[in-house]
Amino acid sequence: MIKLAIQKELKSEGGKMSLNIDLNINKGQFATLFGESGAGKTSTLRMLSGLLKPDKGLITVNGKEWFESAKNINLRPQQRKVGYVFQDYALFPNMTVRENLEFALQKKQDRYIIDELIEFIELQELQNRKPSTLSGGQQQRVALARALVQKPEILILDEPLSALDHAMRIKLQEYILKIHKKYRLTTLLVSHDIGEIVKLSDQVFELQDGQIIKQGNASDFFGLDKTSAKFRFTGEILSIKQEEVIYVIAVLIGNDVVKIVSDPSEAINLKIGDKVFVASKAFNPIIQKII
Amino acid sequence: MDWDPLLLTLKLAIVTTTILFVVAMPIAFWLANTKSKLKPIIETVVSMPLVLPPTVLGFYMLVAFSPSNAFGSWLNEWFGIKLIFSFTGLVLASIIYSLPFMVQPIQAGLATISHSLSEASYTMGKSRFKTLVKVLLPNIKPSLLTGLVLTFAHTVGEFGVVLMIGGNMPGKTKVASIAIYDEVEALNYSAANTYSIILFSVTFIILLLVYLTNGGYFKWFGK
Repeated sequence: MIKLAIQKELKSEGGKMSLNIDLNINKGQFATLFGESGAGKTSTLRMLSGLLKPDKGLITVNGKEWFESAKNINLRPQQRKVGYVFQDYALFPNMTVRENLEFALQKKQDRYIIDELIEFIELQELQNRKPSTLSGGQQQRVALARALVQKPEILILDEPLSALDHAMRIKLQEYILKIHKKYRLTTLLVSHDIGEIVKLSDQVFELQDGQIIKQGNASDFFGLDKTSAKFRFTGEILSIKQEEVIYVIAVLIGNDVVKIVSDPSEAINLKIGDKVFVASKAFNPIIQKII
Repeated sequence: MDWDPLLLTLKLAIVTTTILFVVAMPIAFWLANTKSKLKPIIETVVSMPLVLPPTVLGFYMLVAFSPSNAFGSWLNEWFGIKLIFSFTGLVLASIIYSLPFMVQPIQAGLATISHSLSEASYTMGKSRFKTLVKVLLPNIKPSLLTGLVLTFAHTVGEFGVVLMIGGNMPGKTKVASIAIYDEVEALNYSAANTYSIILFSVTFIILLLVYLTNGGYFKWFGK
């Protein structure tokens, strides 16, 4: 179990912000930090991994103190068992795919895991290539595999899929979920994509101005349990047109634009750019704003 | 034809470049990563030899290392080191004089590398030293080469500092640039010309190699 109760004064471009985070994540859970840019999500991940030192507070992981300001305990990043996947992947350009993974091996660690991971992420063919010759999705898979070499207790994913196209995102979400289950990881993800969050996470924390303003399990969090629907997709509103007595709303779901007929009383609460879910019971589709 | 000044120049340049590579590395690493308020001051000190007349540098070193002064006599009494008019003194002076030529390219190279590369290495349990050697340096090879070569060439070409602190002692401190001056003073133009043309060619070839390599004309070193 991860217990985080930390405070930190951050200086950002927009001025000062005080980060005050208090959260618990159970072992084996998939937790997501959600919120606007600059809310403190990445800083929270960096403090958990030891790359940024909190001003005060406490971080314990599975009963072990990683940080405690009162006792002057602060484990270096090297001493914390964290697999960190960076937003820019941070692959070493001078090493091949295989060498990138081998670099992450710990002293006296069995090299068998390298082959296992390369096979798992299906990069056998590319293992002797340099990262710069790979596509974004392939690079992301290498970064993911490399973070797992040292068998971390915690896997940290900082917006890992934001630079990829839709099809690649879907594929990598599958990988992440498989990895999370197979290696029994406690995983912490930063993401803006509601579909992705609902698909992957057990727990969601929403951050705003350095505070957690809302938390819950993923479907509660976005209010998805309130409707008993037969199918359900999340998407973004592209246009709202009034036609006679009804509204036609175009919603981007994945790569498809879906047109939905809506009642004026529903449409009045919606505007272009809203994140919505589209669901259907037996016949009539429902369109509703998520948050 | 006396080959000693040329050999001495070569020896001085090799020793200086080697020592400076090791000395400049932590300075460049610190400068590339620090957020300290001292940074501009340290950067200024490192860059001073670029603009300062070499004679100024040489003069102060001459004063500081002179056995009649506290520091110079302390060095002499405790370590038996005499820095004035000696090869050791020349090396020390050259290191200070060429410091910016080694520090600046390495610092600039390190600054272009994303912080996440070293952070990724730290989260994998690797030390700062291992990260530097295995991750950072291999990715700034062109900068390293530039630093090494500029330092070497700059040391070959120094005159003022050497003359001030080393004097003109054959086989000990009489490097090629000083030998040229000597020969001209003695109106021995053909000897001066021989030294000059050798230095000229060597410098041209060294710099050409750097630009060829960093321009990607040689596959094994390019980006």
